[in-house]
Amino acid sequence: MEVTAAAGACCRGRGDHHAGEEERSSAKVVVPVGSDGAEVEPCVIAVDDSSVDRALVTALLRRSKYRVTAVDSGKRALEILGSEPNVSMIITDYWMPEMTGYDLLKKVKESSKLKQIPVVIMSSENVPTRITRCLEEGAEDFLLKPVRPSDISRITTRMLLH
Amino acid sequence: MRNLRLNSDSRRAARGDRAGALIRTGRILSRLGYLDEQFCQVEDLQDEASPNFAEEVATLFFKDSARLISNVEQALEKYPKDFNRWDAYMQQLKGSCSSIGASRMKSECMSFRDYCGQGNVEGCMRSFHKVKREHGALRQKLEAYFQLLRQAGPAGAATRPGM
Repeated sequence: MEVTAAAGACCRGRGDHHAGEEERSSAKVVVPVGSDGAEVEPCVIAVDDSSVDRALVTALLRRSKYRVTAVDSGKRALEILGSEPNVSMIITDYWMPEMTGYDLLKKVKESSKLKQIPVVIMSSENVPTRITRCLEEGAEDFLLKPVRPSDISRITTRMLLH
Repeated sequence: MRNLRLNSDSRRAARGDRAGALIRTGRILSRLGYLDEQFCQVEDLQDEASPNFAEEVATLFFKDSARLISNVEQALEKYPKDFNRWDAYMQQLKGSCSSIGASRMKSECMSFRDYCGQGNVEGCMRSFHKVKREHGALRQKLEAYFQLLRQAGPAGAATRPGM
Protein backbone atom coordinates (compact mmCIF):
# COMPACT_ATOMS: atom_id res chain seq x y z
CA MET A 1 0.00 0.00 0.00
CA GLU A 2 1.26 3.51 -0.71
CA VAL A 3 1.20 6.57 1.46
CA THR A 4 -0.76 9.48 0.13
CA ALA A 5 0.08 12.50 2.25
CA ALA A 6 -1.34 15.71 0.76
CA ALA A 7 1.02 18.57 -0.09
CA GLY A 8 1.42 20.91 2.88
CA ALA A 9 -0.31 18.43 5.16
CA CYS A 10 0.70 17.85 8.71
CA CYS A 11 -0.71 14.44 9.50
CA ARG A 12 -1.62 14.10 13.13
CA GLY A 13 -3.28 11.01 14.48
CA ARG A 14 -5.90 11.66 17.14
CA GLY A 15 -7.27 9.21 19.63
CA ASP A 16 -10.91 9.94 18.75
CA HIS A 17 -10.54 8.97 15.07
CA HIS A 18 -9.92 5.75 13.36
CA ALA A 19 -6.48 5.94 11.76
CA GLY A 20 -5.25 3.83 8.91
CA GLU A 21 -1.59 2.95 8.90
CA GLU A 22 0.22 2.54 5.61
CA GLU A 23 3.84 2.00 4.75
CA ARG A 24 6.17 3.17 2.03
CA SER A 25 9.74 1.83 2.20
CA SER A 26 10.90 2.52 5.77
CA ALA A 27 8.53 5.41 6.51
CA LYS A 28 5.36 4.94 8.50
CA VAL A 29 2.87 7.78 8.16
CA VAL A 30 -0.41 7.95 10.03
CA VAL A 31 -3.11 9.35 7.77
CA PRO A 32 -6.35 10.06 9.61
CA VAL A 33 -9.44 8.59 8.00
CA GLY A 34 -13.10 9.26 8.59
CA SER A 35 -15.71 6.67 9.50
CA ASP A 36 -16.24 5.95 5.79
CA GLY A 37 -12.56 5.13 5.32
CA ALA A 38 -11.81 8.23 3.20
CA GLU A 39 -8.75 10.30 4.10
CA VAL A 40 -9.53 13.51 5.94
CA GLU A 41 -7.66 16.45 4.45
CA PRO A 42 -5.84 18.48 7.12
CA CYS A 43 -7.08 21.98 7.70
CA VAL A 44 -6.00 25.18 9.34
CA ILE A 45 -8.36 27.11 11.59
CA ALA A 46 -7.93 30.85 11.17
CA VAL A 47 -9.39 32.97 13.97
CA ASP A 48 -9.83 36.75 13.70
CA ASP A 49 -12.66 39.14 14.52
CA SER A 50 -11.61 41.34 11.57
CA SER A 51 -13.25 40.22 8.33
CA VAL A 52 -10.42 41.87 6.35
CA ASP A 53 -7.72 39.94 8.19
CA ARG A 54 -9.71 36.69 7.96
CA ALA A 55 -9.92 37.10 4.20
CA LEU A 56 -6.21 37.89 3.87
CA VAL A 57 -4.87 35.08 6.04
CA THR A 58 -7.26 32.61 4.42
CA ALA A 59 -6.04 33.60 0.96
CA LEU A 60 -2.40 33.31 2.05
CA LEU A 61 -2.95 29.84 3.53
CA ARG A 62 -4.95 28.60 0.55
CA ARG A 63 -2.09 29.70 -1.67
CA SER A 64 0.02 27.26 0.36
CA LYS A 65 -2.59 24.59 -0.50
CA TYR A 66 -4.16 24.38 2.95
CA ARG A 67 -7.84 23.85 3.50
CA VAL A 68 -8.93 26.72 5.75
CA THR A 69 -11.82 27.21 8.12
CA ALA A 70 -12.04 30.87 9.16
CA VAL A 71 -14.01 31.93 12.23
CA ASP A 72 -14.49 35.21 14.03
CA SER A 73 -14.01 34.19 17.66
CA GLY A 74 -12.12 31.89 20.00
CA LYS A 75 -15.40 30.41 21.18
CA ARG A 76 -16.33 29.46 17.62
CA ALA A 77 -12.84 28.03 17.07
CA LEU A 78 -13.26 25.72 20.08
CA GLU A 79 -16.60 24.53 18.68
CA ILE A 80 -14.94 23.69 15.36
CA LEU A 81 -12.05 21.96 17.12
CA GLY A 82 -14.55 19.66 18.76
CA SER A 83 -15.83 18.44 15.41
CA GLU A 84 -13.08 18.98 12.81
CA PRO A 85 -11.15 15.69 12.49
CA ASN A 86 -7.78 16.83 11.23
CA VAL A 87 -6.59 20.25 12.30
CA SER A 88 -2.94 20.82 11.42
CA MET A 89 -2.66 24.33 12.83
CA ILE A 90 -4.55 27.15 14.51
CA ILE A 91 -3.63 30.70 13.53
CA THR A 92 -5.31 33.30 15.69
CA ASP A 93 -5.38 37.02 16.24
CA TYR A 94 -4.27 38.05 19.71
CA TRP A 95 -6.70 40.82 20.45
CA MET A 96 -10.32 39.71 20.12
CA PRO A 97 -13.37 40.53 22.23
CA GLU A 98 -14.53 38.02 24.89
CA MET A 99 -11.75 35.49 24.29
CA THR A 100 -8.30 36.68 23.28
CA GLY A 101 -5.94 34.62 21.17
CA TYR A 102 -3.90 34.04 24.32
CA ASP A 103 -6.99 32.64 26.11
CA LEU A 104 -7.60 30.35 23.14
CA LEU A 105 -3.96 29.24 23.18
CA LYS A 106 -4.21 28.36 26.88
CA LYS A 107 -7.39 26.34 26.37
CA VAL A 108 -5.82 24.42 23.50
CA LYS A 109 -2.65 23.66 25.46
CA GLU A 110 -4.64 22.61 28.53
CA SER A 111 -6.63 20.07 26.51
CA SER A 112 -5.23 16.55 26.21
CA LYS A 113 -6.97 16.17 22.83
CA LEU A 114 -5.88 19.51 21.37
CA LYS A 115 -2.53 20.33 22.93
CA GLN A 116 -0.46 18.88 20.09
CA ILE A 117 -2.01 21.26 17.55
CA PRO A 118 0.45 24.08 16.79
CA VAL A 119 -0.94 27.53 17.55
CA VAL A 120 0.36 30.67 15.86
CA ILE A 121 -0.57 34.09 17.24
CA MET A 122 -0.96 37.25 15.11
CA SER A 123 -1.00 40.80 16.38
CA SER A 124 -0.86 44.29 14.90
CA GLU A 125 1.16 45.47 17.92
CA ASN A 126 4.75 44.64 18.68
CA VAL A 127 4.59 44.19 22.45
CA PRO A 128 7.58 42.14 23.66
CA THR A 129 5.90 41.02 26.90
CA ARG A 130 2.89 39.83 24.92
CA ILE A 131 5.10 37.87 22.52
CA THR A 132 7.06 36.29 25.36
CA ARG A 133 3.91 35.34 27.23
CA CYS A 134 2.47 33.59 24.18
CA LEU A 135 5.66 31.72 23.36
CA GLU A 136 6.02 30.62 26.98
CA GLU A 137 2.46 29.33 26.91
CA GLY A 138 3.39 27.16 23.94
CA ALA A 139 2.66 29.24 20.86
CA GLU A 140 4.56 28.01 17.85
CA ASP A 141 5.21 31.48 16.48
CA PHE A 142 4.10 35.08 16.78
CA LEU A 143 3.43 37.06 13.60
CA LEU A 144 3.09 40.82 13.28
CA LYS A 145 0.27 42.01 11.10
CA PRO A 146 -0.08 42.57 8.25
CA VAL A 147 0.92 38.96 7.70
CA ARG A 148 3.11 38.41 4.65
CA PRO A 149 3.51 35.44 2.33
CA SER A 150 7.00 34.90 3.78
CA ASP A 151 5.48 34.55 7.27
CA ILE A 152 3.11 31.86 6.04
CA SER A 153 5.95 30.07 4.20
CA ARG A 154 7.99 30.02 7.38
CA ILE A 155 5.28 28.56 9.58
CA THR A 156 3.99 26.07 7.03
CA THR A 157 7.52 24.79 6.43
CA ARG A 158 7.88 24.30 10.16
CA MET A 159 4.56 22.43 10.28
CA LEU A 160 5.81 20.02 7.62
CA LEU A 161 8.74 19.16 9.86
CA HIS A 162 6.50 18.35 12.85
CA MET B 1 -12.51 46.43 -45.00
CA ARG B 2 -11.20 49.92 -44.31
CA ASN B 3 -14.14 50.55 -41.96
CA LEU B 4 -13.52 47.30 -40.13
CA ARG B 5 -9.88 48.31 -39.68
CA LEU B 6 -10.94 51.70 -38.38
CA ASN B 7 -13.33 50.06 -35.89
CA SER B 8 -10.61 47.72 -34.77
CA ASP B 9 -8.21 50.65 -34.39
CA SER B 10 -10.82 52.59 -32.43
CA ARG B 11 -11.37 49.69 -30.10
CA ARG B 12 -7.64 49.27 -29.58
CA ALA B 13 -7.31 52.98 -28.87
CA ALA B 14 -10.16 52.85 -26.36
CA ARG B 15 -8.53 49.91 -24.56
CA GLY B 16 -5.28 51.78 -24.53
CA ASP B 17 -7.00 54.83 -23.05
CA ARG B 18 -8.58 52.75 -20.30
CA ALA B 19 -5.32 50.98 -19.51
CA GLY B 20 -3.57 54.33 -19.39
CA ALA B 21 -6.22 55.76 -17.07
CA LEU B 22 -5.86 52.69 -14.87
CA ILE B 23 -2.10 53.12 -14.62
CA ARG B 24 -2.43 56.84 -13.91
CA THR B 25 -5.05 56.23 -11.19
CA GLY B 26 -2.93 53.56 -9.54
CA ARG B 27 0.13 55.79 -9.49
CA ILE B 28 -1.85 58.72 -8.14
CA LEU B 29 -3.20 56.61 -5.30
CA SER B 30 0.33 55.54 -4.45
CA ARG B 31 2.11 58.91 -4.89
CA LEU B 32 -0.48 60.76 -2.86
CA GLY B 33 0.02 58.21 -0.11
CA TYR B 34 -3.49 56.84 -0.07
CA LEU B 35 -2.21 53.29 -0.44
CA ASP B 36 1.08 51.67 0.36
CA GLU B 37 2.86 48.48 -0.62
CA GLN B 38 0.47 46.35 1.46
CA PHE B 39 -2.23 47.02 -1.15
CA CYS B 40 0.07 45.46 -3.75
CA GLN B 41 0.30 42.39 -1.52
CA VAL B 42 -3.50 42.23 -1.48
CA GLU B 43 -3.66 42.51 -5.26
CA ASP B 44 -1.00 39.82 -5.59
CA LEU B 45 -3.36 37.39 -3.90
CA GLN B 46 -5.70 37.60 -6.88
CA ASP B 47 -5.76 34.57 -9.11
CA GLU B 48 -8.11 32.74 -11.44
CA ALA B 49 -10.12 31.40 -8.52
CA SER B 50 -10.42 34.89 -6.96
CA PRO B 51 -10.05 37.42 -9.79
CA ASN B 52 -11.69 40.24 -7.79
CA PHE B 53 -10.06 39.51 -4.45
CA ALA B 54 -8.70 43.04 -3.94
CA GLU B 55 -12.10 44.59 -4.56
CA GLU B 56 -13.75 42.06 -2.23
CA VAL B 57 -11.25 42.90 0.51
CA ALA B 58 -11.78 46.62 -0.08
CA THR B 59 -15.53 46.09 0.28
CA LEU B 60 -14.97 44.24 3.56
CA PHE B 61 -12.68 47.03 4.71
CA PHE B 62 -15.19 49.80 4.06
CA LYS B 63 -17.96 47.83 5.77
CA ASP B 64 -15.74 47.17 8.77
CA SER B 65 -14.25 50.64 8.94
CA ALA B 66 -17.66 52.33 8.77
CA ARG B 67 -18.69 50.32 11.82
CA LEU B 68 -15.44 51.06 13.66
CA ILE B 69 -15.69 54.79 12.89
CA SER B 70 -19.23 54.73 14.24
CA ASN B 71 -17.94 53.03 17.41
CA VAL B 72 -15.37 55.79 17.90
CA GLU B 73 -17.99 58.48 17.23
CA GLN B 74 -20.34 57.02 19.81
CA ALA B 75 -17.55 56.62 22.34
CA LEU B 76 -16.52 60.27 21.88
CA GLU B 77 -20.09 61.27 22.61
CA LYS B 78 -21.06 58.86 25.37
CA TYR B 79 -17.77 58.52 27.24
CA PRO B 80 -16.18 61.97 27.57
CA LYS B 81 -12.43 61.91 28.19
CA ASP B 82 -12.38 58.12 28.32
CA PHE B 83 -9.09 58.07 26.39
CA ASN B 84 -8.48 54.37 27.01
CA ARG B 85 -11.78 53.44 25.44
CA TRP B 86 -11.30 55.87 22.54
CA ASP B 87 -7.81 54.48 21.97
CA ALA B 88 -9.00 50.86 22.03
CA TYR B 89 -11.59 51.52 19.34
CA MET B 90 -9.13 53.48 17.19
CA GLN B 91 -6.57 50.68 17.54
CA GLN B 92 -8.99 48.34 15.76
CA LEU B 93 -9.50 50.82 12.94
CA LYS B 94 -5.78 51.39 12.60
CA GLY B 95 -5.23 47.63 12.33
CA SER B 96 -7.77 47.39 9.56
CA CYS B 97 -6.10 50.26 7.68
CA SER B 98 -2.72 48.50 7.97
CA SER B 99 -4.12 45.29 6.55
CA ILE B 100 -5.34 46.90 3.35
CA GLY B 101 -2.52 49.41 3.01
CA ALA B 102 -4.60 52.54 3.67
CA SER B 103 -1.55 54.56 4.69
CA ARG B 104 -2.99 58.09 4.98
CA MET B 105 -5.93 56.88 6.99
CA LYS B 106 -3.63 54.82 9.20
CA SER B 107 -1.49 57.88 9.81
CA GLU B 108 -4.49 59.86 11.06
CA CYS B 109 -5.49 56.94 13.30
CA MET B 110 -2.02 57.05 14.82
CA SER B 111 -2.34 60.82 15.41
CA PHE B 112 -5.62 60.21 17.21
CA ARG B 113 -3.98 57.60 19.44
CA ASP B 114 -1.11 59.97 20.18
CA TYR B 115 -3.60 62.60 21.30
CA CYS B 116 -5.34 59.99 23.47
CA GLY B 117 -1.99 59.31 25.08
CA GLN B 118 -1.60 63.03 25.77
CA GLY B 119 -5.13 63.36 27.13
CA ASN B 120 -5.81 66.01 24.50
CA VAL B 121 -9.55 66.10 23.72
CA GLU B 122 -9.33 68.79 21.09
CA GLY B 123 -6.51 66.99 19.33
CA CYS B 124 -8.56 63.78 19.34
CA MET B 125 -11.56 65.54 17.84
CA ARG B 126 -9.45 67.18 15.14
CA SER B 127 -7.70 64.00 14.14
CA PHE B 128 -10.94 62.00 14.21
CA HIS B 129 -12.37 64.49 11.75
CA LYS B 130 -9.33 63.85 9.53
CA VAL B 131 -9.77 60.08 9.85
CA LYS B 132 -13.31 60.41 8.53
CA ARG B 133 -12.20 62.70 5.73
CA GLU B 134 -9.45 60.29 4.63
CA HIS B 135 -11.91 57.41 4.82
CA GLY B 136 -14.30 59.19 2.46
CA ALA B 137 -11.52 60.18 0.07
CA LEU B 138 -10.10 56.65 -0.06
CA ARG B 139 -13.50 55.15 -0.70
CA GLN B 140 -14.02 57.52 -3.65
CA LYS B 141 -10.61 56.82 -5.14
CA LEU B 142 -10.79 53.06 -4.76
CA GLU B 143 -14.28 52.96 -6.25
CA ALA B 144 -12.93 54.81 -9.30
CA TYR B 145 -9.91 52.50 -9.47
CA PHE B 146 -11.97 49.33 -9.38
CA GLN B 147 -14.40 50.71 -11.92
CA LEU B 148 -11.49 51.34 -14.28
CA LEU B 149 -10.26 47.82 -13.62
CA ARG B 150 -13.63 46.38 -14.54
CA GLN B 151 -13.72 48.44 -17.73
CA ALA B 152 -10.19 47.46 -18.66
CA GLY B 153 -11.12 43.78 -18.32
CA PRO B 154 -8.60 40.93 -18.13
CA ALA B 155 -6.06 42.75 -20.33
CA GLY B 156 -6.12 45.69 -17.97
CA ALA B 157 -5.79 43.40 -14.98
CA ALA B 158 -2.72 41.86 -16.54
CA THR B 159 -1.07 45.26 -16.88
CA ARG B 160 -2.19 46.54 -13.44
CA PRO B 161 0.19 49.25 -12.27
CA GLY B 162 2.63 48.34 -9.56
CA MET B 163 2.04 50.74 -6.73
